[in-house]
Amino acid sequence: MSPFRQYTLLSALTGLLVISIVIALSSGSVSVPVTTIWQQLINPTPGIEQQILWELRLPRALAAFVTGGLLALSGVIMQVLLRNPLADPYILGISGGAAVGALSVILLGVASIWITQAAFAGALLSVFIVFGLAGRQQWSATRLLLTGVVISAGWGAVINVMLTTSTSNNVQSMLFWLMGDLSQSRTDSWHFALLLGGLLLILSQARALNALARGELMAAALGVNVPRLKLILYFSASILTATAVTVAGSVGFVGLVIPHMLRLLGARDHRWLVPCSVILGGSFLLLADSLARTIVAPQQLPVGVLTAMIGVPAFLFILHQGARSS
Amino acid sequence: MTSPIVETRQLRLQVGDRVLCDQLNLTAAPGQRLAVLGQNGSGKTTLLHSLLKLCPVDEDRIHINGLPLTQWSRAELATRVGILFQDNHDDMPASVHETVMLGRLPHLRAWRWESADDFRLASHALTIVGLEHMAQRDVSSLSGGERQRLAIASLLTQNPSLYLLDEPSNHLDISFQIKTLKLLTETVQQDGSALIMATHDINLASRFCDQILLLFGDGTYTTGSNTDVLTDDALSRAYGCEIRHVATESGTFYFPAS
Repeated sequence: MSPFRQYTLLSALTGLLVISIVIALSSGSVSVPVTTIWQQLINPTPGIEQQILWELRLPRALAAFVTGGLLALSGVIMQVLLRNPLADPYILGISGGAAVGALSVILLGVASIWITQAAFAGALLSVFIVFGLAGRQQWSATRLLLTGVVISAGWGAVINVMLTTSTSNNVQSMLFWLMGDLSQSRTDSWHFALLLGGLLLILSQARALNALARGELMAAALGVNVPRLKLILYFSASILTATAVTVAGSVGFVGLVIPHMLRLLGARDHRWLVPCSVILGGSFLLLADSLARTIVAPQQLPVGVLTAMIGVPAFLFILHQGARSS
Repeated sequence: MTSPIVETRQLRLQVGDRVLCDQLNLTAAPGQRLAVLGQNGSGKTTLLHSLLKLCPVDEDRIHINGLPLTQWSRAELATRVGILFQDNHDDMPASVHETVMLGRLPHLRAWRWESADDFRLASHALTIVGLEHMAQRDVSSLSGGERQRLAIASLLTQNPSLYLLDEPSNHLDISFQIKTLKLLTETVQQDGSALIMATHDINLASRFCDQILLLFGDGTYTTGSNTDVLTDDALSRAYGCEIRHVATESGTFYFPAS
């Protein structure tokens, strides 16, 4: 793919991001015109529109963008680390661990205070269990994948026990958490710092990722320090995923499908794929969340439902186009 | 006398507890082509991988350009030594052009993009192996032989001073086997680089190489010029079946007698 096409793709994605932000800020049970958004952002004047924008929609839009970016970036990393196109940020059980943490505090009735910390702790616990079992000596992609999938299944069993033994009130909030939901999500500046830091770290390894995609031996023969690279990838993807999960629960589909969409659009070189994934992942979740808020307004759907509802047809369309053109 | 590109001193090759080859002394000087012959599992691939630090080995006993392997970082080593693997892994999507450009990876500094020279080298390599019209194709759509030619183009783009070839004739039809090996051996002689190839084809080895290493698989080996090593007795012992030769106008050919 020529650099011209790469720049075109990157510009188009940036355009999509701007449009997604405008849609996220203007749509909802009260629609705010674009000109008013612009005025309020530059020069906030007190009123109902200022409240809606600054206190409800902007924080939620930021949370959607960060979550989408983190998940897509983590998805790219996991797919190369495991050299498996089916890999997604949750495949090694991180979301399962986070869910058990989050569901435990919902069960204990202290969710409002502890849910973020509990989810993060659960995610880290899972990361270290999988690494301890699969990663210490010679860890092959297959061994890591199998360990992760089995640990994931274990967490799934614990989650089911929690769901079946809880009161219906708790089950409702548990299900929203499990499907991924942005209605309670808030972000801090460190979330953005982490996304930017992760992006730069992975960009610095982007060429090595191109080599690793052709196998560990090939990467080593081309001069890549494979054991170090795998450690960087495993722990950065884990922390990115754990952060995303603590912001929005386990939003599915973004981390799996966004990298594939971009590869099908021609961005297979990781120097392009990595930044494009962050932008498209963020935009995608912004759009999905805007729909989640408006489609059955004033009721809200969990955003995880919408990511699949938009993602499935969009992905199948690109897959079909790709098959026809090659 | 020119110093050898690669030299092993009393090297031991082993897999687990099994010693494949012991006290191996080997040199390859600029322009030399060495063929490694032996039965399946006799240590041909292990030898090639050892020279590139791809498997556990006593790195003090291998010298590249006069320096022991311990003093070579993996990244520096990749600018001098390149390998053609027995199998290629194409699980993740990539185009032919992207794959051949990977050969330039060891030569690029961090955060730098490939220069016009790098692109020229890559498209030249694709032209040599006859894949220039497929540059934008996805690797997964190529045939086995085309993938092997792509891997060879990638290796030429890497432009190492030591070529390690593991079964270079894999998947290639007979005309491409000859073309490819002719090309590689000529490149080695022109550039003053060296070539070590592991192969199961005795005839290709005797035709394109000037040195032979014959591994018996029990820790012993014999090495030397083609005529010294490629005797019916030695070959029969190494392969565990009777092998004879026939001398013709176009060279000596080897075949299994039983």
